[in-house]
Amino acid sequence: MREVAVIGVGLTKVGHLFSESLRSLFSRAVRGALEDAGNPKIEALYVGNMSAGQFNNQENIAALLSDFAGLNGIPATRIEEGCGSGAAAIYNGYKAVASGVHDFVIVGGVEKMMDTTANDATSIISTVTDQEYEAFLGLSLVGINAMVMRLYMNTFGVDREPFAKFSVQMHDNASKNPYAQFPFKTSLDKAMNSNPVADPIHLMDCAPLGDGAAALVLCPKEYAKNFTSKPVEIIGAGHGMDNFIFHTREDFLSLKATRDAAREAYRMAGITPDEVDVVELHDAFSITAFLSIEDLGFVEKGAAGQIVDEGLIALDGTLPVNPSGGLKARGHPIGATGVYQMAEIVLQLRGEAGARQVPGAEIGLTNNISGFGASSYVHILRV
Amino acid sequence: MKPSQPVGIIGWGAYIPQYRIKVNTIAQVWGAQTERYTEGLGIEEKAVAGPDEDTITIAIEAAQNALKRAQIEPKEIGAVLSGSESPPYAVKPTGCTVAEVIGATPNILAADLEFACKAGTEGIQFCMGLVSSGMIKYGMAIGADVAQSAPGDDLEYAAAAGGAAFIIGKLDSNAAAAINASTSYVTDTPDFWRRSEQPYPKHGGVFTGQSYFHHIINAGQQLMQELGMKPKDFQYAIFHQPNGKFPEKAARELGFTSEQTRVGMLVGRIGNTYSGCIPLGLSAVLEAAKPGDNIFVVSYGSGAGSDAFHITALDAIENKRELAPTVQDYIERKEYVGYACYAKWRKMIIGLETKR
Repeated sequence: MREVAVIGVGLTKVGHLFSESLRSLFSRAVRGALEDAGNPKIEALYVGNMSAGQFNNQENIAALLSDFAGLNGIPATRIEEGCGSGAAAIYNGYKAVASGVHDFVIVGGVEKMMDTTANDATSIISTVTDQEYEAFLGLSLVGINAMVMRLYMNTFGVDREPFAKFSVQMHDNASKNPYAQFPFKTSLDKAMNSNPVADPIHLMDCAPLGDGAAALVLCPKEYAKNFTSKPVEIIGAGHGMDNFIFHTREDFLSLKATRDAAREAYRMAGITPDEVDVVELHDAFSITAFLSIEDLGFVEKGAAGQIVDEGLIALDGTLPVNPSGGLKARGHPIGATGVYQMAEIVLQLRGEAGARQVPGAEIGLTNNISGFGASSYVHILRV
Repeated sequence: MKPSQPVGIIGWGAYIPQYRIKVNTIAQVWGAQTERYTEGLGIEEKAVAGPDEDTITIAIEAAQNALKRAQIEPKEIGAVLSGSESPPYAVKPTGCTVAEVIGATPNILAADLEFACKAGTEGIQFCMGLVSSGMIKYGMAIGADVAQSAPGDDLEYAAAAGGAAFIIGKLDSNAAAAINASTSYVTDTPDFWRRSEQPYPKHGGVFTGQSYFHHIINAGQQLMQELGMKPKDFQYAIFHQPNGKFPEKAARELGFTSEQTRVGMLVGRIGNTYSGCIPLGLSAVLEAAKPGDNIFVVSYGSGAGSDAFHITALDAIENKRELAPTVQDYIERKEYVGYACYAKWRKMIIGLETKR
C-alpha cells in the first residue's frame, strides 16, 4: 500500500448560486484544484453527489462532469452515499492511489440543490432515511435528530444553550471564511430564539440548503514534492456502517458507524484522539455535532456540551472544531460536504487558512456522516 | 424615455376594500409562526375583497375617484388601460367595463395589460405616449388586483386587494404632477408565474427575491443615470412592496433612506396589492407631496421587469387632495374577518352554488 498525499485544493463559495449549474460548479472546483496542484495529468475522477437525479433531473453525472470539467476520456465514477458522498468519493480515490491502480486522481463533490423550492429540497433530502419504516410514516431526518436531541438533553441534563453556543461558534468561524455561505457572526440570543423546526431543534441548529463544489488532487506521497512544497498526507481512513433504520440501533446516543470508522482511522494513523489538532465534523444538526465530538473519542459520552460551553472548540481552543464554519455556516451542499471538510483540513495543515487559521495545526481529522449514521467516514491527515 | 410633449397626472384615485385579515389569523390556521411574517416580512394585516368585489369593481371605484380629482369630462378620456393579474375574464377586457361605467365610451381605446405586479405602471407609460403624441387628450391608467395565492403558501400572508387609477394629460395648470421621464428594464426571468387555467401562481422562493432586486436596482440606476440625478434629489421614493423588507433593502442599495420611502410604504397595513401596489403607493405620496417635490418610483413585475419614473408635484396638487377619499381614508376604514369568511369569499370553499 502506498502513502497518499493531497496536492491540490479547489473550492467554490457555497450559497444560492442561481447563475451556476451542476456542471459549471464542478468544473470550477476541478480547475481550481488542478491549478493549485500545478496541473498534473489526471488518470481518474471520483465524484460524490447525493441527488442530481432529483435536484437536477440528471443521472449519469460521472460522464457528464468529467466531460465538462475538461477530463474527457478518463475513467470517471459517481459515488452516492447520502450526505457522506463526498467522503465516499475521497475514500475510493484514496484506495485507487494507495493500491497502485492510479497515480493522479481527482476526488470531488458537487450538489446543485437550489433549483428547487425549499419544500421540495427538504423532501429530497428525506430520501436518505428509510422510505418504508421512517419517511413513509412521517419521520424526517430532522425528526430523528430532534428525538435524539431530546433524549440527550434528558439523559445528560443538558439544556439548549450549549447547542446554540455551538452554532454561534460556527458563525464566528465562517465570518473569516471567504467560501462560507453565511460569512457573518450571530448571537446566542438569535440562536436561542430562532424559529422552532422540530422541537427541541430550532432553525439555528440546522445546516442550510446551498449549492457548491469542491475538488482535491491526490497522488502517491513520493511524487507529491514535485508539485507542492506542502504535501498533506492521508495517514488514516476508516469507513464504518450501522443498521440502516434508526429504531433498530443499539444505542440512540452514539453512532456506531462513526466509532468504527474512527477506530480504524486512528489505528491506521497510529495516533490517539488527543493528538488531533483540528477537526472538521458533520454538524448537519447541532446534536449530530455533539454526538460526533463524543464518538470520535475527544470527550466521554455526554460531555460535548461542556467543552462547547467552555469555548474549547474555538480556533484557539484545545479542540478547534469546524474552523470553516462547519455545515451550519460554511454550508452543506450535500454531496460536496465531505470534500469541503478535507479541503479545509488541507488548508489548515498547510497554514493557508488566513484569518481562521488554527495555530500550529499538524494533524487534522474529518468526519462525514450519511443520514443519521447509517454510515460514517473518518479521514486523518498530517502535514 | 422622455415624452416629446410634457405630460402630467391630472387626477388620481385609490380604492382599498374595507375588509382585513390579520397575518396572525392566517398563521394560526396553518400552524406557522406569526413573527416570521410580522417581524420577518413586516406585514401585520392585508386587505380582502368583499364577496361582491373583484378587479373590475375596484378599478371602477379608483377610476371614479380619479375623475373627481381630474375634474374633466369623461368623454374627453381617449384611453382606458387596466393592468392586473386577476382580471375576472381571460378574454373580455376590464378596460371596457370601466370605460362604460365612467361614461367614456364609445370613442375610446380600451385594453387590459398584464405584467404581474407592474401592469399598472405600464399603463401610465402607454398613456404618456398616447397623450404626448397628441393622439388622445386624456388617458386613464389603472393598476388593480385581487391578488391570488395558494392557501398556506408564503404568498398568502401578503396577497391583497386594491388599486388606483391615474388620468394623464398634457402638462397644464390642471396637472397635479408632471411625469418627467420613465425607463423600463425587462428580462425573461421565470421567478413567478401562473398558467391560464391555474388559480394560484407558482414561484421560485429565494430566487424570486433575487429577481426583484436585480430588476429594481437596474431600472433605478438606469433612470438616475439618464436624468443625471441622485437619491438626495428626491423627497419621496416608492418601490414595489411584496413585503416590508425588500423595498427597504432596495432603497438602501440605491442610496435612499427610510424617511424617503415611509409615506409610500403601505404593505404593512394592507398587504401586497400586486398591480395596485405602486399605484396605491404613488397615490399616498401624491396626497402628501408639496409642489416642487420630486418623486422616484420603481415598480416590479415578475417575468420580469421594472418601470422607473421621475415625477414632480405641481401647484394644483394641493387643491385636488380632498376631492376624493384618500389612501389614508381607505386604510383606516376597516373591518376584520376570520379565516373561514376569507376562505369562503376567496372561493377556497366550493359550495353547490359557488362559481369560480
